[in-house]
Amino acid sequence: MLQSVSDFLVITKRQLLQMIRIPEVLIFATIQPAMFVLLFRFVFGGAIDSGVKGGYVQLLMPGIFVQTVAFTLAATAVGLAADMQKGLIDRFRSLPISRSAVVIGRTVGDTLQNVVTLIVMGLVGFLVGWRPSSGPVKIFFGFLFLLAFGYSMSWIGVIIGLSVREERVAQNLVFMTVFPLTFLSNAFAPTTGMPKILQYFAEWNPVSTMVAACRELFGTENIFGATANSWPSQNPILMSLIYMFLLVAIFAPISVRKYVRVSK
Amino acid sequence: MKSIVAQELVKSYGKRAVKALDGLSLDVEEGTVLGLLGPNGSGKTTTVRVLATLLIPDSGSATVAGIDVLKHPDEVRKVIGLSGQYAALDETLTGWDNLTMFGRLYHLNSTAAKKRAEELLEKFSLTDAARRPIRTYSGGMRRRLDLAASLIVKPKVLFLDEPTTGLDPRGRMEMWGVIDELVKGGVTLLLTTQYLEEADQLADSIAVIDSGKVIARGTADELKNQVGGERLEITVEANQITEATRLVEQVAGATPSVDLGIRKISAPVSNGSASLIQVLRLLDEAKIHPLDIGLKRPSLDDVFISLTGHVAEVVIEPELGGKSAAKRK
Ligand SMILES: Nc1ncnc2c1ncn2[C@@H]1O[C@H](COP(=O)(O)OP(=O)(O)OP(=O)(O)O)[C@@H](O)[C@H]1O
Ligand SMILES: [Mg+2]
Repeated sequence: MLQSVSDFLVITKRQLLQMIRIPEVLIFATIQPAMFVLLFRFVFGGAIDSGVKGGYVQLLMPGIFVQTVAFTLAATAVGLAADMQKGLIDRFRSLPISRSAVVIGRTVGDTLQNVVTLIVMGLVGFLVGWRPSSGPVKIFFGFLFLLAFGYSMSWIGVIIGLSVREERVAQNLVFMTVFPLTFLSNAFAPTTGMPKILQYFAEWNPVSTMVAACRELFGTENIFGATANSWPSQNPILMSLIYMFLLVAIFAPISVRKYVRVSK
Repeated sequence: MKSIVAQELVKSYGKRAVKALDGLSLDVEEGTVLGLLGPNGSGKTTTVRVLATLLIPDSGSATVAGIDVLKHPDEVRKVIGLSGQYAALDETLTGWDNLTMFGRLYHLNSTAAKKRAEELLEKFSLTDAARRPIRTYSGGMRRRLDLAASLIVKPKVLFLDEPTTGLDPRGRMEMWGVIDELVKGGVTLLLTTQYLEEADQLADSIAVIDSGKVIARGTADELKNQVGGERLEITVEANQITEATRLVEQVAGATPSVDLGIRKISAPVSNGSASLIQVLRLLDEAKIHPLDIGLKRPSLDDVFISLTGHVAEVVIEPELGGKSAAKRK
């Protein structure tokens, strides 16, 4: 047991080392969402009449946070596909380490990367007027929620990365699925404008429940949601927790199985 | 005692694919080197992957260091070292980072892992490059580091999949030196190669494989004898071919084969050096000065051709990337 913990920590440490050896990767991974914050804040911020205290940026920040952590899936998938391609996964599989070490190490490593990204984004957000008003405890839980969501999404990335075995394919596949998911939600605009059927989809979409949960935790009224009055939109925190639990409960075992049997 | 035993291994990739392994059996005596020699696509890598617990065969069984590969893969992993066909390292990290990481994964404590990394870098002449990321390494350096990584905990059984492919002659000689030393240290080694010369040089015994089966087995000498004895070969000026051929025939007692294009006459001889001296004397009396003369034992190339019916392809593989393109002809 202790041994497996140390195994996965070595793998996680490897990722942190990568960040130190090629800091550009982390810098770009952070600049991108920071740029998103600025773009959305100043391009759409003026046009969208939010009607909440503090303006559009209060609604925007939880949206961008969730979008960013949802993309953890991409980092995981691309990273694993690259390791697969280079034969590193084979080498790990030939070592006497626990079967889950590599995939757990990877998901944890990607989550740690999110910590840095979220801090930078939060600061940029603060500079352009984001003021969470719920007090330190709830704010802390808000960020914890985001990290947990990123972590659970990361497990889908494991499966994608081990299945496609090709960095670029992984990249495209992820963008094709995650982008629509984040836009078919209440992250950036109200869902009311969508056709009824899409409204339902948008409200059940885990991205929406997460965004709604974060708005609640950061102390902003979620005026972009709850138009179709579905259960998830009324219980976003609970629903998000259920989603996270399901993601990990379903995908983590599949991932480990896949890792054990994967062959190049 | 047998250190590696494989029995009737069968493996096909996908449903309709041809069999990569088609009833392959082999065994390796403890402390010896088996050269697995075969052309592209013959199943060398697949064999290594099965024995190193990376791939589950469709049928058949195998043991490594007496441990069942299919039943106790975790135990097998504790006693083997593997250096695959393509260097498998973290490109963004330095040589030092890689070795210490693998050391920790072999469950050395932090101090021991560092010490071992230091030793291995020294041994493989990589100390100067230790703090550079792998992506700045040459092919030969990568190969050496990859081998180093498989030696962190001294393995009982070592698998090397084409350890010298892609290396220049000097790199190859160096690698041979390193491998020699390992073998002296008592490790059991299974080594795959497309280079017949390499098998000849390094292996105690050779298994020739083609289409997923072992088609011949023996020492280099045994395999060569299977093809036939020595041949006398001489090259002369074009206008002396007829006369020289007559003299060679006189000594060899058989009709020589003549290649007019390269002006080479060759004939099988039974008592090699005596025949050589005799021919030289006759040529000298006839005032013919051969451009080249020698005795040739059949090379493993000859063995290969006579066994498989085709020439062993020697493919120059690019160091990294474009794997599949370079792999299959
Ligand atoms: N992942 C795979 N999917 C499908 N077919 C495969 C796969 N790996 C190998 N094969 C096929 O199995 C056969 C044996 O391949 P293998 O890699 O074992 O050969 P090899 O002797 O190592 O060749 P090389 O000298 O080119 O490395 C080949 O016909 C190859 O096309
Ligand atoms: Mg191969």
